[in-house]
Amino acid sequence: MTVTNLEIADSRRRQRLNAIQRSLNARHARERRFRLLGLGAVITAMVLVAILFASILIRGVPAFWQATLTLDIYLDPEVIQVDERPVRERGESPAQYRERELAWLSQLGMVNWNALIDEALKDQLPGEIESRQTRDLRALVASGERFALRNRVIEKPELIGQTVTVKMLAGANVDVWLKGNIDRSLPDHQQQLSAQTREWADYLKEQGTIRNAFSTALFINTDSRSSPASAGLAGAFMGSLFMMLIVIALSIPLGVASAIYLEEFAPKNRLTDLIEININNLAAVPSIIFGLLGAAIFVGYLRLPLSAPLVGGLVLTLMTLPTIIIATRSALRSIPPSIRQAALGIGASRVQTVFHHVLPLALPGILTGSILGVAQALGETAPLLLIGMNAFVANVPSSPVDQATALPVQIYLWQGNELRNFFEARTSAAIIVLLGLMLSLNATAIWLRKKFETRW
Amino acid sequence: MNLVLIATVLIVMAVAYQVGLSRSRAVADGGVRLHSRPGYYGVLVALWCGLPALLLFGVWLLLQDAIVEVLVVQQLPAELAALSEREMQVLMRRVSALASGQGLSGEVQAYEVAAAQQMARLESMGRLAMIAAMAVLAVVGLVTAQRRVSPQLRARNQVERVITALLALSSGVAILTTVGIVLSLVGEALHFFRYISPAEFFFGTVWNPRFSTSGAGQQGEFGLLPLLWGTLMVSAIALLVAIPLGLMTAIYMAEYAPPWLRNVAKPVIEVLAGIPTIVYGFFALIVIGPFLSGLGDMLGIGIRATSALTAGLVMGIMIIPFVSSLSDDIITQVPKSLRDGALGLGATRSEMIRQVVLPAALPGIVGAFLLAASRAIGETMIVVLAAGNNPVLHANPFEAISTITVTIVNQLTGDMDFSSPQSLVAFALGLTLFVITLGLNIIALVVVRKYRQQYE
Amino acid sequence: MTVSVTVPTTMNKRTRTAQATNIKMSARGVKVFYGENEALHGIDLDIMENEVVAFIGPSGCGKSTFLRCLNRMNDTIAGSRVEGQVTLDGNDIYDPSLDVVLLRAQVGIVFQKPNPFPKSIYENIAYGPRLHGLARRRAELDDIVESSLRRAGLWDEVKDRLDQPGTGLSGGQQQRLCIARTIAVSPEVILMDEPCSALDPIATGKIEQLIDELSESYTIVMVTHNMQQAARVAHKTAFFHLGELVEMGDTDDIFTNPQEQRTHDYITGRFG
Repeated sequence: MTVTNLEIADSRRRQRLNAIQRSLNARHARERRFRLLGLGAVITAMVLVAILFASILIRGVPAFWQATLTLDIYLDPEVIQVDERPVRERGESPAQYRERELAWLSQLGMVNWNALIDEALKDQLPGEIESRQTRDLRALVASGERFALRNRVIEKPELIGQTVTVKMLAGANVDVWLKGNIDRSLPDHQQQLSAQTREWADYLKEQGTIRNAFSTALFINTDSRSSPASAGLAGAFMGSLFMMLIVIALSIPLGVASAIYLEEFAPKNRLTDLIEININNLAAVPSIIFGLLGAAIFVGYLRLPLSAPLVGGLVLTLMTLPTIIIATRSALRSIPPSIRQAALGIGASRVQTVFHHVLPLALPGILTGSILGVAQALGETAPLLLIGMNAFVANVPSSPVDQATALPVQIYLWQGNELRNFFEARTSAAIIVLLGLMLSLNATAIWLRKKFETRW
Repeated sequence: MNLVLIATVLIVMAVAYQVGLSRSRAVADGGVRLHSRPGYYGVLVALWCGLPALLLFGVWLLLQDAIVEVLVVQQLPAELAALSEREMQVLMRRVSALASGQGLSGEVQAYEVAAAQQMARLESMGRLAMIAAMAVLAVVGLVTAQRRVSPQLRARNQVERVITALLALSSGVAILTTVGIVLSLVGEALHFFRYISPAEFFFGTVWNPRFSTSGAGQQGEFGLLPLLWGTLMVSAIALLVAIPLGLMTAIYMAEYAPPWLRNVAKPVIEVLAGIPTIVYGFFALIVIGPFLSGLGDMLGIGIRATSALTAGLVMGIMIIPFVSSLSDDIITQVPKSLRDGALGLGATRSEMIRQVVLPAALPGIVGAFLLAASRAIGETMIVVLAAGNNPVLHANPFEAISTITVTIVNQLTGDMDFSSPQSLVAFALGLTLFVITLGLNIIALVVVRKYRQQYE
Repeated sequence: MTVSVTVPTTMNKRTRTAQATNIKMSARGVKVFYGENEALHGIDLDIMENEVVAFIGPSGCGKSTFLRCLNRMNDTIAGSRVEGQVTLDGNDIYDPSLDVVLLRAQVGIVFQKPNPFPKSIYENIAYGPRLHGLARRRAELDDIVESSLRRAGLWDEVKDRLDQPGTGLSGGQQQRLCIARTIAVSPEVILMDEPCSALDPIATGKIEQLIDELSESYTIVMVTHNMQQAARVAHKTAFFHLGELVEMGDTDDIFTNPQEQRTHDYITGRFG
């Protein structure tokens, strides 16, 4: 190669580099744009999560504190005119005793508890209060609170004739008013509360009779139509709990067993191929279809009771099953074949290999998948609507065949309540409870996965 | 009582296990080598002893009530045969309340007492007979099994065969679920098509079912098209939001994000995936809807708070984590050697991703999009709350709309009367939904599977 | 101690036409860390223009790591860090102002496992030139594709099926496709990371011959675990051991008269 050749080669090289160099700025700009786009997507997603949580928390957290009155109530025997509490006698059938007990309870039910509360309120308020103002007066206290008072007497009849100090929830509208969530400048005819009640509410708040106190009503009460301020989640919670117990008891054993069969024992043929596609498809079938299945088969054909956690649990079990099967299979698949070969090589049978060696190693993965599946079931709403779990239920269900609702369904019911002002906050608070439960389940799953993560 | 019985059987099984164990040891003491470990003989004997008894127990429980009821009804006075089905149910409920010792309040007829006595007698007899039969089965099983214990008996293989059979049986549940879905949807939809012709349903452009009580003359119109159109519109909006955001998030996470960001953002986005859809629906209703309608006012276009746009947007947010985690899986499956190949030629990162990684991952990503579409089409709670339920054919995303899922909920909530086209249409809609999502799922699953095999 | 290694000379490696005196690339005190782990403990070496250099050594000795430093492919591995200086034509390639894209257009790389893109054969070759805007018209691009495939000795085998996927070729053809893809950018240096380890002997022979031909116009640095291969094709050989450069010299010297005991032990098969 001569010197000139070298020079020619060198100048070609330089030309080529220049050509590349020219386009480089534009290429790097494109690179930066692309990267920003990606970062933008991530930030958007995170901001959306933040907005979602912030808006729910801002609305929901104040709902855990409710305007609460502290009243001294004289349990006037003149007003509470009832017999002694009946005692079960010998030879009496449970139905007969129940009848006498009901009679006593209905006597208590006839008592004008409101009158007692009215008296206590009048003591707190200035000036003479006429009887035509009773309506305004009663709007101050949540109407369900008279039953709380009654239940206190049922539990301890000897209180009659004494003065008791009672904490009572203020009415839902009073709560909203005092929290400042109602425009105070609105004219009278647009206000939910009368001018008198508003004035009294402000006065009692100033006096300290009404305080914004942490309220347990949300946790210990059931849903209530007549007394929104005391509506709670206890019934829905128990309904969800029953369903989750059913889901856990059925879907985890069934799911793990079928995953073990499909992954470790089933011959690889068209049938198992079909089962595999079937399971993957089931995992992606809309949840509402499972509701239709429940309505047609469990309720329509098998005549299981409507609105019962039993049916809900069964429907959710079928819905969760594919999730658990898929998670378990992938956990089993991640155990390297060398472990199976080692066990088989020293003469263990396939069943022994699976149960003694493979399953224990796959356990964390199975557990994680199962928890996620159960969490998903806990948050499911749509299928439950179709099997009647959106009924109004005023009692805490005591068995899986009682009428019940579920946490997410309760949220659905509350968001539709006409008393928007109050229930927007109440619903958000219920969502906080539900999300709290679900996130702790999810967090447990993520923690388990991190803790037992093994790389083979 | 039943629990006690089951516990007893379990205890007996434990005893049988011990019997089998000691028997096999006794055999082995003769100096012969057993085929299996003694424990397996124990389990085998326990299974022989307990399984038949438990099976009998289950069958008996299923049948006893019905048989007893038939026998009791036969003994009732002849004039009661004229009772309607409903009246008969009430009567039987009274009789069983008497028979169980719960008793009744109020008047009790003499024939009721007689029937109740007979019922109680039959029940206790049946129970005794069942316990006796179970005991016989258990003893026979125990004796036969322990006779069979011999060095030649392949106890382990037999026990394992039972275990494998149980595993296979549980994987049948998933198939039964699909069969149940298909049967219930097709069965009820056929009922529906007796009222409304399939052509009217599938090609009808008006949805106006009226109420089932409004008389036979007013059939109502059951046109699927407005609902299908609404479903597609909302899903399309959702995918327009979710695909770019989800895909870009996945790309950024897989290719660019520094480890700390990945560690923060991944769980946050997973949290998004765990939020129940009812929460998204509420979020749409109270935050996104008002925001959009305010935005519309500012821009001078009318956007309703509950509209296709609101529902689609929030549904899109819901699907982001779904799209991003699926895409992430698929992108990370593209082998590193391809990335190195592109980078080694001097590609920038974004060029490498767009020109090499994404084309290579395309089939998988398309599969992921199809799964996302299937999920959007089947989503219920968000549209129930935020789409406005307006089943009319129009192309304006700012207006309210209705979808297949919303209508299923509307038509089937409340009463569970499967005899009117108004509620049966839910199953025809469900069938349509199932077929659409099934198609999408299967195409997606096959595509993704092919894609996985390509890089395995 | 007598050295008893026979250098197989099945192929007459071409002697360098001009005694190259230009240093093309050089490394001074190069250390590579993976996290806390120091994988290379300070490497100094020079690579002359139009020279074929082979890196040999037992697996895990750092030869591939060092090769990847030469066009900064190590950047793609999370947690890796390079210290020291590497120059190309006297310019530091780890200088922050240097553009990695430009560097890689000058220093191409061929990997151990053939990795054609899942695109057509034509697109595989055209990818690099398109990326860097090296062809303005379609005809120019066609020319580049044809000449690259010719130089890689693949043209006659694939000229009738340029639109078929590159992944459908045999392993040896795929690797030559990857070499053609690298040549298409006309780099100055080609790095090859065990280019024949996934190939059968016949395909290997073809690649070795190709390397020999390419050495006329390119500087080639290759990693190999096959000492015979190094002996056959390389002008110079460097022996790496435990993250250090033990010895580097003319291939014939390394194989017949190594200066270091460790080199001697390795090429006589005492360890490896």
